[in-house]
Amino acid sequence: MTSLHSVVNLRDARKVAIFGGTHGNEMSGVTLVNMWINNGAEIQRSGLMIKPLITNPRAVEKCTRYVDTDLNRAFTPDNLSAPRNEDMPYEVRRAQEINQMFGPKGSPDAYDIIFDLHNTTSNMGSTLILESSKDDFNLQMVNFIKQAIAPTSCSVLLNEHPLLQYSTSRSIGKHPIGLEVGPQPQGVLRSNIFESMRAIVKHALDFIELFNGGMEFQPCMVDVYRVSEKMDYPRDKNGNITAMVHPNLQDGDWKPLNPGDPMFQTFDGSTINYEGGSTVYPTFINEAAYYEKQQAFVMTKRETLTANGIKAYKI
Amino acid sequence: MGADQGEKSHYFHFSSKMEVINLPAVSRVAVCGGTHGNELSGVYLVREQQKKKEGAETFSLTTVMSNPRAVQQCRRYTETDLNRCFTTATLGTPISDRTPYEIVRSQELNTLLGPKGTDEAMDLICDLHNTTANMGLCLISYSACDWICLHIFKHLQKEMPTVPVRYIHFDVPQSEAYSLESVGKHGFSMEIGPQPHGVIRADIFNAMKEGIRLTLDWIHHFNSGVQFDGGEVEVYAMVKNIDYPRDMETHSITAAIHPQLQDHDFCLLHPGDPLFLTFSGKTETYKGVEPLYPFFVNECAYYEKGIALSLARRKRVAIPSIQVKTDCGKENGGEELKLEEKERTYDCSEDV
Repeated sequence: MTSLHSVVNLRDARKVAIFGGTHGNEMSGVTLVNMWINNGAEIQRSGLMIKPLITNPRAVEKCTRYVDTDLNRAFTPDNLSAPRNEDMPYEVRRAQEINQMFGPKGSPDAYDIIFDLHNTTSNMGSTLILESSKDDFNLQMVNFIKQAIAPTSCSVLLNEHPLLQYSTSRSIGKHPIGLEVGPQPQGVLRSNIFESMRAIVKHALDFIELFNGGMEFQPCMVDVYRVSEKMDYPRDKNGNITAMVHPNLQDGDWKPLNPGDPMFQTFDGSTINYEGGSTVYPTFINEAAYYEKQQAFVMTKRETLTANGIKAYKI
Repeated sequence: MGADQGEKSHYFHFSSKMEVINLPAVSRVAVCGGTHGNELSGVYLVREQQKKKEGAETFSLTTVMSNPRAVQQCRRYTETDLNRCFTTATLGTPISDRTPYEIVRSQELNTLLGPKGTDEAMDLICDLHNTTANMGLCLISYSACDWICLHIFKHLQKEMPTVPVRYIHFDVPQSEAYSLESVGKHGFSMEIGPQPHGVIRADIFNAMKEGIRLTLDWIHHFNSGVQFDGGEVEVYAMVKNIDYPRDMETHSITAAIHPQLQDHDFCLLHPGDPLFLTFSGKTETYKGVEPLYPFFVNECAYYEKGIALSLARRKRVAIPSIQVKTDCGKENGGEELKLEEKERTYDCSEDV
C-alpha cells in the first residue's frame, strides 16, 4: 500500500435500514424483510438500530414490480420536494414518506447505511451495487463481505455514470448498498438465492458491528465492474424487439464480450455481433424488467478501486 | 413395491402390430400463443408466424394471439386466468357488463376455434406456454388415448434429442376440461421451461419453434397418407398437487422448495425425500406412500393457486399404428385388420 492510503476516522454507524419489496415481485427481499419484521432476532447487533422495511407494500401485495411507476427510480430531487397531491403516482408519494422516515436525503439525520434487496432474472450471482467509487466505508464493507463468502463469488457493480445512474430508494442513506442476487424469475422464491442473500446481509451487519466496536480495517483494493453503456434490443418501427439475446451471450454475465462476438439472434436465426471498439463485461443480461427500459444488457469495464483504511470514532 | 409401483402398464384391446387405425385427416390446425400474456415464446412465435402467412398444402393453419390485452401489459391475465375459462359451463355463461374480460374472450375463442364438442371445431389446437419450472418440453393433454396427440409426441421425442420431451395426461372429462386446447377435436399444450415470465430466451424460443415445426411436419405427412407405426410410449398421469407450508394466520408461505428438489422435475420422489426447506432451516419431507414424479416444481403462477409442485404416476401406453382415412375407404394390404374410429371425444374411461 502506498502512503497515500491511510486510515480514515469515520463516525460510527448508528442507524441501518434494510429495504425489501422495492420491486414487489423480487421475492428474496420481500420474504426476508417480512420475516425480520416478524422476528428481528437474526438481524440484531449490539449498539445498532436496524430497521427492516417493505418499501412498496402495494406492489408486494399484487406481486408486481410497481403499481404506477418504478419506486427505484422515484427518489429524484424533484419528486422528493414536490408538494403532495392526490394525483401523485403511488410510488412518488411513497418515496416522500420513505424520505421522511429514513432521510431526508442529504441531511445529517439520514440513516447511515441502507441495504436494498433485489433479485434479477439475469445470471449475475450475488452482486453488490455501489453508487460511488470514493465511499471508503462501503468499499471496506464490500471487501469484507467478499472475503466472508469466499470461495462463493460476489461481483461488485459500480454505477457512477452521470446519465445511467438513477435515484434509488437506498440513495437517501449516507452509505447506500444494493444487494442483487440472480438468476431468479420474478414472483418465484428459490431457496438457494434466498439463503445467499440472507448470508450477505448477515456478513454486512457483522462488519458494521465490528467497525463500531473499534476494529481497524486496513487500506484495501476492490475489483469492480464500472457501468459504461447500455445496449438495447434491436427494434422495429413499432418498438417491438426483433431479436433475442444470443444463446452464446445468454447467462454470460461478467464474462468478456469481445468485438465480433455474437450478441443477438433474430427470430429466424441470424446472428448480430457486438461491433464495439473494445472488450466489455456485460451484466444484467436479459433482465425481465429492463425490456421496457430499452436495455438488453449493461456494458461495464473492469477497474480496481483503492479504499482508505477506516476506523470508527464515537462522539 | 419399489420402482414398479410408480408405473402401470396400460394396453388397449388391439395387440397385433399389423392393426392400423384409420383416422380423419387433421385438416384445420390452430397454434395459439399469449394465452398467458407474459409467457413470451408463444407470443413471439405467433407474431412471427402471422407475419409470414405461409400456406400449408394438406391443412390450413390458423395462428391466434389468445389474450391480446394481457400480452400488451405483459401479464399472465388482466382479470382472471384465461386458461381456466374453457369449461362447458364457463363457455355458456351469459355475458354482462361485469363479465371479466377473459371470460368474454374465451367465448370469442370458442366461436373462432370451436364450438367445443362440435363438428365445426378445429381438428387440432396447439397452445403454447412457458413455465418457470425445469420441465423441458412437455405436451399436456386431457387424453391418454388420443392417437394423433400421442403420435405427435412420439415424433417429437424421436426428432428432438437435445431437449427432453414428455407427455403429461390430466384425466379430466371434456366438459370440465378448462384450458384452451380442449376446444379442438384434438389438442395439447406445448409447455417449455425453464424461462422466467416476461423474458424471452433464445434457446427456449428455438426449442418451441422446432417443436411446432415438427408438429406441423408430422400433420402434413399424416394427411399425405404416411402410415405411422405404433409402439409404446411413456406418459405421466397427473395424480395430485402439493401446496407450500403456510402460516396459519397470514397464509404466507413459510418455506421454499428444497434445493434437492428445485429443478429436479421428473426425478422420482420417494417417501421421505426432501420437499421444502423452511425459513428456519427445517427440512419438510414427502409424506406420501407411493413414489411419484414431480413436475411444475416452483412454477411462479401457481403460488396463488396453492400449488408448490404437482405429482404424477408414470405409465406405459401402447399406441396403434395409424394412417389417414381416405374417402373411398380402401386401405393398403389385405391381411391387416382395420379398426375404424369415428370422430369422438377421447375420454378413455378405461384409463387408470
